[in-house]
Amino acid sequence: MRFVRHVLAVVVLLAVCCGSAAAQSGGELRLFLRSDPKTFNALLAGDDASETVGYLTGGRLIRFDRQTQELKPELASSWKALENGKRIRFKLRENVKFSDGTPFTPEDVKYSMQVLMDPKNESPHADSFRSGPGDVTVEVTGKNEVTVTFPAIVASLERQFDVVAMLSSRSPQKELAALGPFFLAEHKAGNYVLLKRNPYYWKKDGAGRQLPYLDSVRFDIAQNRDLELLRFRRGEIHLINSLDAENFDRLQQENASWVREVGVSFDVDFAWFNLSEASPVAGPKKLWFASRNFRRAVSEAINRNDICRVVYNRHASPAVGPVSPANHFWFNKKLTAHPYDPQSSLRLLQQDGFQLRDGSLYDKGGNAVEFSLITNAGNRARERMAAMIQQDLAKVGIKLNVVTLDTPSVIERITQSRDYEMCLFGFVNVDVDPMGQMNIWPSNGPMHAWNPGQKSPATPWEAELDSLMRAQASTNDAKARKAAFDRVQQIVWEQVPFIYLVHKNTMVAVSPALRNAAPVTLRPQTYWNIEYLALTPAAGQP
Amino acid sequence: MSRARNFARGFLALVFAASLFAAWLAPVSYEVQFREAPNAAPSAAHPLGTDELGRDLLSRILYGSQVSLWLAPAAALIATLLAAVIGGVAGWLGGWWERLALAATDLSLSLPWLFLLLTVRAILPLNVPAWSSVLITFALLGVLGWSQAARVLCAGARSLRHSEFVLHARASGAFGARLFFRQILPNLKPVLAAQFLISIPIFILTEANLGMLGLGVAEPLPSWGNLLRSLESGPHIVQNPWRLAPLVLLVLVVSSFQLLLPREEFAS
Repeated sequence: MRFVRHVLAVVVLLAVCCGSAAAQSGGELRLFLRSDPKTFNALLAGDDASETVGYLTGGRLIRFDRQTQELKPELASSWKALENGKRIRFKLRENVKFSDGTPFTPEDVKYSMQVLMDPKNESPHADSFRSGPGDVTVEVTGKNEVTVTFPAIVASLERQFDVVAMLSSRSPQKELAALGPFFLAEHKAGNYVLLKRNPYYWKKDGAGRQLPYLDSVRFDIAQNRDLELLRFRRGEIHLINSLDAENFDRLQQENASWVREVGVSFDVDFAWFNLSEASPVAGPKKLWFASRNFRRAVSEAINRNDICRVVYNRHASPAVGPVSPANHFWFNKKLTAHPYDPQSSLRLLQQDGFQLRDGSLYDKGGNAVEFSLITNAGNRARERMAAMIQQDLAKVGIKLNVVTLDTPSVIERITQSRDYEMCLFGFVNVDVDPMGQMNIWPSNGPMHAWNPGQKSPATPWEAELDSLMRAQASTNDAKARKAAFDRVQQIVWEQVPFIYLVHKNTMVAVSPALRNAAPVTLRPQTYWNIEYLALTPAAGQP
Repeated sequence: MSRARNFARGFLALVFAASLFAAWLAPVSYEVQFREAPNAAPSAAHPLGTDELGRDLLSRILYGSQVSLWLAPAAALIATLLAAVIGGVAGWLGGWWERLALAATDLSLSLPWLFLLLTVRAILPLNVPAWSSVLITFALLGVLGWSQAARVLCAGARSLRHSEFVLHARASGAFGARLFFRQILPNLKPVLAAQFLISIPIFILTEANLGMLGLGVAEPLPSWGNLLRSLESGPHIVQNPWRLAPLVLLVLVVSSFQLLLPREEFAS
């Protein structure tokens, strides 16, 4: 009997092994890319398409794990930040080679940092390291050891290296020599990008098998989301990185195993009033918008739950502030979204002398409260949101004129002419760290949208925002940075310069033929763990 | 053919009348959002169901017809009158006037009207009530939509310039404006009528196109253009086929206008 059990156990083990091997038998992963990459140099990638290809081809010293939101060693087996983040020492992994067989050496780190910091290359990632006047220096401080020194403290220094792809200083293929799991094999402009498995990729799985499992990744270049959906349903592509609520529900009805709702995303929809000094907005409106009570009253008059339910079909959550609850470390958990409370809203307005008469709100001077809200035409969700805000504000007597403009006109108005009263827009957050918001909160920031580019802070709370953002940027003490940024979130919650509305959920489509997919909210949502993805022929494959 | 034209006349009269009495026929206000019932199926409370924000679709179609059916003819009238003045006078006068008018027409035809409309909309003041924005939109359509008709009218006036009755009129002492208004313009009437009728569905569709881009009539006012936007989402149409009602109405109205065209006169 025991013998039979042993035989059965061996058979089961063999079946699992064979299944696993089958699951990891290569194949070509297919998905869509919205546009042609502007560069294949992963170090200089700034646009979405280039970053996508760069993520799969570029090797990093340190990787920010999209699932755990923690730093993981990659090409550097270990590292140490020194002098509170002015210097960092990397111990490099041994026997690592580029995709053409060229060995990876400390000289390559030096070369990569030179390319990154060279102003001529205009790398979008270089500014994060320009912490002060002076140059960034790289020294080879030992066998497989490199030390990078910055002119001043770089906040969140280790995290910043997640975007620094290593280039080869000696490979004849130059920047196309890849240290990532794939290398660029073919690119037909406007048609496709084909990546093939890097035969020298350094990483192995738990069983000692070389990664990645996939043979190749093919990106078909197309903008049309309907086509993407159609091709997924036909089984011609395996992943859709971002689905809207409507398409998510549609796919779910067809086959629930095709879609996954990962949770709250980092993206946020919000509105704000124009408080800019340079704005043509004048008279009583300027006084209304400048009042904290007025902004808070408008915020409390908006029913966020209805927006989540009606616009996003329940695939969204009311927003608290600039940081999504999906951002585990930086989200201020003490705050909650402004409640929907028209009565409280009216009380706040009455404190400022507003009066509700015959269904219309009037200020102290007897002016009827009416203003316009601009948003970009063509964004259906945002247009619906604007219509709902219009009806919500009508309940407290405010007349809102919704104006949809083409996106360039909206951008021109909010950044150049400043000729608008209220704007509804969205923020696609790609950076977990507050350093990614350094252009938003300081009063001189270009994205300090309600009153950008101030010479000196217009209000005491903006002055406090300035000092808090400076404080968090000048240290690598995580606790101190967290305390400072928690306070930033609290000030924003109290003063309401932005009326945060909703975070939509991250929704993706994954073919059942794809194994080991573990979608996350951070980009790239579905293939952040590309090395471990594998294809198997599956029943019910879309 | 005459039966079809009679049917078209009757149908258009019905739709115009329904839009005129929208305030009495609509079950509820077009702007009230029944948020507990978005995309609801037809019921006693909402005979054509609700839109994605829970607004009564029948009410929105009735009020939307007011916007599209009454203002499209107004825009068509503006365009036809402009075309009559520019094209008719140019064809009548001939020579440099005609060349100048045709050059202006060619220029106008070559302009990307959609971008022109976007640009004009972008520079308009923001705080305009919804109805004013509608009037502005259709006025723009009328002002920008004269060129095609002007070419036809120019050709018509040119052919009349050398006709025998005009020569007789000249011989009997008729000149200038008197000749134009008494002899030329009345003989251009069939062409003008045809151009007017052609322009109406064009402007209805243009507004619908602008609406599909989210740039037409401002919320919460409905128009056929912004009602058609709900058709962007394929799955909703399959699940809620009654949402096709605005499209069906648009097709029927545009077809009816086509049937009303005075074909014989136009062909000649």
